[in-house]
Amino acid sequence: MQQVFTKAMARNIFLGGAVFFIIIYLILSYDTFQRIPERDHANKMTASVLRGKYLLDTNDCIGCHTINGEGAYFAPELANVYKRRGPDFIKSWIASQPTGIAGRRQMPNFHLSPAQLDDLVAYMQWLSNIDTNNWPPNIEG
Amino acid sequence: MKYKSQKVAMPYFIAALALFLGQIIFGLIAGLQYLHGTFLFPALPFDVAHMSHTNLLIVWLLMAFMGAAYFIVPEEAETELYSPKLALITFWIFLVAGGLTIAAYLLVPYAKLAEVTGNAVLPTMGRGYLEQPLPTKIGIVLVALSLLFNVTMTLIKGRKTSINLILVGSLWGLAILFLPAFYFPQDTVKASFGWWWIVHGWVEGDWELILGALLGFILIKMTGVDREIVEKWLYIIVAMTLISGIIGIGHHYYYTGAPGYWIWLGSIFSAIEPIPFILLIAFSFKMLLQRRREHPNSAAMLWALGTPIMAFLGAGLWGFIITLAPAQYYMHGTNFTAAHGHLAFFGAYAMVSLAIISYAMPILRGRVANSNSAQRWEIIGFWTMVLSMIAITLALTGAGIVTVVLQRAADNPMGFMQVQDKARVFFWIREFAGVTFLLGLLVYLRSFFIKGEYMYADEVKRALAA
Repeated sequence: MQQVFTKAMARNIFLGGAVFFIIIYLILSYDTFQRIPERDHANKMTASVLRGKYLLDTNDCIGCHTINGEGAYFAPELANVYKRRGPDFIKSWIASQPTGIAGRRQMPNFHLSPAQLDDLVAYMQWLSNIDTNNWPPNIEG
Repeated sequence: MKYKSQKVAMPYFIAALALFLGQIIFGLIAGLQYLHGTFLFPALPFDVAHMSHTNLLIVWLLMAFMGAAYFIVPEEAETELYSPKLALITFWIFLVAGGLTIAAYLLVPYAKLAEVTGNAVLPTMGRGYLEQPLPTKIGIVLVALSLLFNVTMTLIKGRKTSINLILVGSLWGLAILFLPAFYFPQDTVKASFGWWWIVHGWVEGDWELILGALLGFILIKMTGVDREIVEKWLYIIVAMTLISGIIGIGHHYYYTGAPGYWIWLGSIFSAIEPIPFILLIAFSFKMLLQRRREHPNSAAMLWALGTPIMAFLGAGLWGFIITLAPAQYYMHGTNFTAAHGHLAFFGAYAMVSLAIISYAMPILRGRVANSNSAQRWEIIGFWTMVLSMIAITLALTGAGIVTVVLQRAADNPMGFMQVQDKARVFFWIREFAGVTFLLGLLVYLRSFFIKGEYMYADEVKRALAA
């Protein structure tokens, strides 16, 4: 039976469309990676900042918190917490967990040393200076 | 069962359902911790319950997809599976490795787990859905390679239908897209950008192809509609998926440090992403209307029709609500995302998995369909889970609205914890709906234990009496 639009045509649109947009995406990704270091002040990623990142990752902070809106929604946004609370509050807060308040969502104590807390706070400061196109809308994150 | 080797699908399907049950139990724990923050603390902190819930989801869906591949590929290729033995060995490796990983999450503090599993050598831990230790991630790659080898060798020696090509091709895509799990740059913005290659690449790209192939297979078998028509539709659907979804990944790049042009590219292309889901609804209902037979497995037909509708609601509609950059500015990182995620994952991937299990399990057990009694239990399970998930979604949407109004859009924004307190009623509704969801799952699982096969003689008797 004659058809105007055949299965083969559909298949070619699928394959051609996929290849075309993958190429476009690769070009855009390359450009994005070129621009990111300026947007996130990669030159300020000190050894302390990177140690802080490793601590955040290996203690699974993202399992309760968000960073620039990504993560879990159990606990507050961390990318702007440095601006919201400041380094001293953050360090004493983490060190004094858990609150043990009945019913309140609990955060474990990760037994971090003062040096580790400094590193974590350095990372949070670095996070707070990323150009995220004016997100979040306000200090509460 | 047309080919003896299709039998290897059965352990995969059984394990999938057992892990699904485990997933829901952890979901209920995590949901309760939203309301009673000290529940099971510190033995089982929220993040461990949460990662167990999400990781079990992913592993049970992968088990279901693998079982589906072992069932579908031989039948489509019209030849036995290349190595049933390899499939069985791989099954046990995957199951044991998965079980050990969950046990490790539960028994070992995460930082300690990272230390003892060599995370410092090649850091990969600490990202959502990718919490697995390095050895587990390597194990996942090996399991995937085993699957790919087996189904590809089968495909090569057999008939190359469009369904088979799309299914096997997308399984290759699934495996390749997992490789960025080993790429964890120190630059957080780059890391986030690359994370979405796996997450978006899977659920808004590659897995939609798997969904299409599975549904296409079920519909050909159950309706008897001409393969050429089904496969042409399938190519159109998967074409629209990739045309919209590849640049549509940009809807994850608005507010995480990437350049501003993603705000335009992501919004425009991701706005098109609901189209394949609309086409899937049209596709499945058209096949239903043009069917040439009344297949006795009504339960499987219900799953096959329910999947596109729920997938459209969760992925298409709820996804659209949060996809445009101006809207996402207020909704980013709120329970709106969780609402969309739950309905989309369940509607698309859980339901298509349950659809293929519903179609294939009776056949694997030696019959065309289960008895009317068993199908009735299964159908009650279907409706209970579907309605419960809609309720969960609406509840989480409510919680998201509270966050947007009080915390994001307000002139005098409230703090996170205070806002979460205001949203409690929605978290209670969510938890209640989670319990009814579990009940639906238990009813559904019960259906497998009701004996008997579909009695054609009864159907004939009823028809003659009418």
